[in-house]
Amino acid sequence: MTGPETRTIARRPLRPTRMLGPMRLVRGLLRKPLGIVAAVYLIVVIALAALAPLVAPASPTKPDLRSTLQGPSAAHWLGTDALGQDVLSRLLYGAGDTLIGVLQALLVWLLIGVPVGIIAGYIGGMTDRVITRAIDVVLAVPTLIVTLAALAVFGSSLAAGMIVFGILGAANLARIVRASVLIVREELYVDAARIMGLSTSQILWRHVLPRTVGVIIVQAALFAAIALGVQTGLAFLGFGPPPPAPTWGGMVAEATTLLQRHPWLLVPSGAAVGLTALALGLLGDALRDVDAERRSAGGERVPRRAEPAVATADASDRDDEMMLQVRELTIGFRIDGEWVTVVERASFDIAASEIVGLVGESGSGKTVTALALLGLLPPSGRILGGSIRFRGRELVGLDERGFRTLRGNEIAMISQEPMVALDPSFTIGAQLSAVVRTHERGTRRAAKRRALELLTEVGLPDPAGIAKLHPHQISGGMAQRVVIACALAGRPSLLIADEPTTALDVTIQAGILDLLDRLRRDNGMAVLLVTHNWGVVADVCQRAVVMYAGHVVERAEVVDMFTNALHPYTLGLLRSNPHLAMRGEPLPTIGGMVPAPSDWPPGCHFAARCPMARPDCADRAVVLRELLPERHTACHYAEDLVPGKQVRA
Amino acid sequence: MLSLIARRLITALPLLFVVTATMFLFTALIPGDPARIILGEAATPAAVEQLREQMGLDKPLLVQYVDWVIRAVQLDLGQSIYSGQPVTSILNERLPVTLSLILLSTIVITIVGMSLGMVSALRGGWVGRALDAVSLLGIALPSFWIAVILVATLAVAVPIFPATGYTAFERSPGLWLLGLVLPVIALSLVGVTVVAKQMRDSVLDVMQKDYVRVLRASGIAPHRILFKHVLRNASIPTVTMIGLGAIASLTGSVFVENVFVLPGLGFVAVSATLKKDLPLLLGLGLYFTLIVILVNLIVDIVYSILNPKVRLA
Repeated sequence: MTGPETRTIARRPLRPTRMLGPMRLVRGLLRKPLGIVAAVYLIVVIALAALAPLVAPASPTKPDLRSTLQGPSAAHWLGTDALGQDVLSRLLYGAGDTLIGVLQALLVWLLIGVPVGIIAGYIGGMTDRVITRAIDVVLAVPTLIVTLAALAVFGSSLAAGMIVFGILGAANLARIVRASVLIVREELYVDAARIMGLSTSQILWRHVLPRTVGVIIVQAALFAAIALGVQTGLAFLGFGPPPPAPTWGGMVAEATTLLQRHPWLLVPSGAAVGLTALALGLLGDALRDVDAERRSAGGERVPRRAEPAVATADASDRDDEMMLQVRELTIGFRIDGEWVTVVERASFDIAASEIVGLVGESGSGKTVTALALLGLLPPSGRILGGSIRFRGRELVGLDERGFRTLRGNEIAMISQEPMVALDPSFTIGAQLSAVVRTHERGTRRAAKRRALELLTEVGLPDPAGIAKLHPHQISGGMAQRVVIACALAGRPSLLIADEPTTALDVTIQAGILDLLDRLRRDNGMAVLLVTHNWGVVADVCQRAVVMYAGHVVERAEVVDMFTNALHPYTLGLLRSNPHLAMRGEPLPTIGGMVPAPSDWPPGCHFAARCPMARPDCADRAVVLRELLPERHTACHYAEDLVPGKQVRA
Repeated sequence: MLSLIARRLITALPLLFVVTATMFLFTALIPGDPARIILGEAATPAAVEQLREQMGLDKPLLVQYVDWVIRAVQLDLGQSIYSGQPVTSILNERLPVTLSLILLSTIVITIVGMSLGMVSALRGGWVGRALDAVSLLGIALPSFWIAVILVATLAVAVPIFPATGYTAFERSPGLWLLGLVLPVIALSLVGVTVVAKQMRDSVLDVMQKDYVRVLRASGIAPHRILFKHVLRNASIPTVTMIGLGAIASLTGSVFVENVFVLPGLGFVAVSATLKKDLPLLLGLGLYFTLIVILVNLIVDIVYSILNPKVRLA
């Protein structure tokens, strides 16, 4: 798992290259086989339509009553229709009519949709509100009926219909362009251009338009497919130029009336319409993929590593007094077919009635470790080695069914963001009762009563009132208490609390921590408290486990750790904690950032940032060793940190 | 709930205005005399004059429009130029056909679309890829084309379903349904694919929500989480897509009713257009718009029922 720190490395360039426009899209398309096929097909159709008089084998409108309704032959490659006209020639001549209709709609669509969208998005304010409202109205207009009305009024050809269709369709384009301009407008280089004194039209033309071109082209291909459907559909309904003029839609209509006598006739015209619509759709789809790839390119690079050797737990290092014993736990994620280790040989214990802090920066693997205890790793994650013993029972290798008997009953979990930890669609009472009923047999009534008891137990005033509310109606602190109530429903002996107070106000935090401490004292419940906050550790934890880049680097009682950290990373973290800093002195920080799993050295992962690092640190495999009684450290040179024991090499 | 309905109906007024006013404006934009154009060059001047009066063309356009609105409010949409029948009675007679189509199509879109999306989200793999391919077909291929292919295959080549015709539900529910199978397939394809895609995305999105993980951590059975919590939450954004699918069915019905010769609104729309029967077309514009408004209203109501945040807002 890469933390947010690694994400900021790939910064967006201040100003995009001009290549971002259509050329880049075309280049991207060359990598999509289906997109190429579709594009080539369309080019061929357009060329044939333009060259119809040269390439057509016969006149499209010359009847030959001696050879009507023929199948394909050398004389007529695609057969003849009811009047003996050559079907291939009619298709070729009809293509122009269809394509021009699509083009009419497309041009009107672009000429209205693009400027309106850009104006709404760039100018904003009142203009935007009026335009957006108008767009909403037009989007709901039954397009086809208005198009038909236009045809009735203006119509001997389809042009009026296609133009009206283009106008009405432009609302959707304007909406999409507006959304994309809104994003571009906020970008730094547009601000810079504004400050440099470029005029609005220059900014729009040079900076905003190129960035929206991708979206417009994608939409244009999809709209063309729809316009083709409307054009051929209207011709099919008899609104095209009157026979014998060839139109694709009209040819499909004729074939439909002759389905019983001569089914073949539907094949050429049906295929022409179907394939062309499909080609436009495929082209749009491929372009959208290219556009999406282009947008996400330059983002996160996923680190890769070969599958690590599976470590086995050291059975001798076992303490049966502990409720939970994690030994040599190694967790990996399968990313693009390769295993990336995110937690390596982590070992720690939790006793009953004890709160243990699992401390580390984002990306240290602490949340993944917590999830593994419940068998809740994401689908791509897996335990690659080690052991998790809970009350003498091995959890590594336990199947989903086994974990289900455990979850909530034995080990429960509360998560970081209480506001999203509850299903927004159900009332608090309903959710809590449902959890109660999965753990205890009994009537709905009993479950409801128990739910109210739980709400009281977690210190919520007016439990009956709160039970009737939906999650969005209560505050974050209350929501966290509800989540804790859900976790307590199965009377678990271990509670995993993943940053339970991070998202809450400081005043609320203290209340939640007090609650956890009370539950520990009164119910004998153990808590694994995942946090990056030393204040929280100092407040409620008895012992702490510090993780760094997938390694457990130090384990100790909290008091010992605060007075004498035995790992330079712990020391650095403690020193950079604003709560513990000395007034008037600059706050020390640890230089650099947590390395991504792909950059982990074979030895100590902290070596690159460690002020005490020696040349061999990054290469020598680390072992979590008991340096002093009940004090474990992974530092090769931790002796240097023990007061009175400093030995300089 | 009532205030929600009232609010939606008020915001629908601009839409009604835009549609009817635009269609009205078309009449004024006709180069030359609309009555002459409608009746053709061969008509006698007296007949043209009579039609002018009947259509109120001698008055200013704004007056004509206001007159039309006043009468429309009293459920009088004028007479068809051709048959002389009241527009409302022509359209009311055809309405059940189109509503049957839209209703059945929406049911198919909802059930098939949501199930496909669910399966595709949970199974992924080839179901997902097949869905992608089919959805491309559904979006790109015109509905009249699909309808024609269905007739050619399942009605003519292998005669399972009737190729054309409509049986009223009151006469025979069985025949009613049988005759609508192919039209509904043709109409619902777009909606099914759009809904399935949306459903897949929302299910995948909901599955990785914290609350699903918390529910799993509380030991609740996976099928309960799936059918109670994931389905419920994933259906919220999907409802909007079902509404779009229903409206796409309404548009498609114009083509599909003509392929299958179903005497619905779409069928009238085409003949009215060919005959330049403007009062009838204007009435059709109104009916279609009202159906769109109704669909949107139902979507809003269902949405607010599913989403408690909207319900209480």
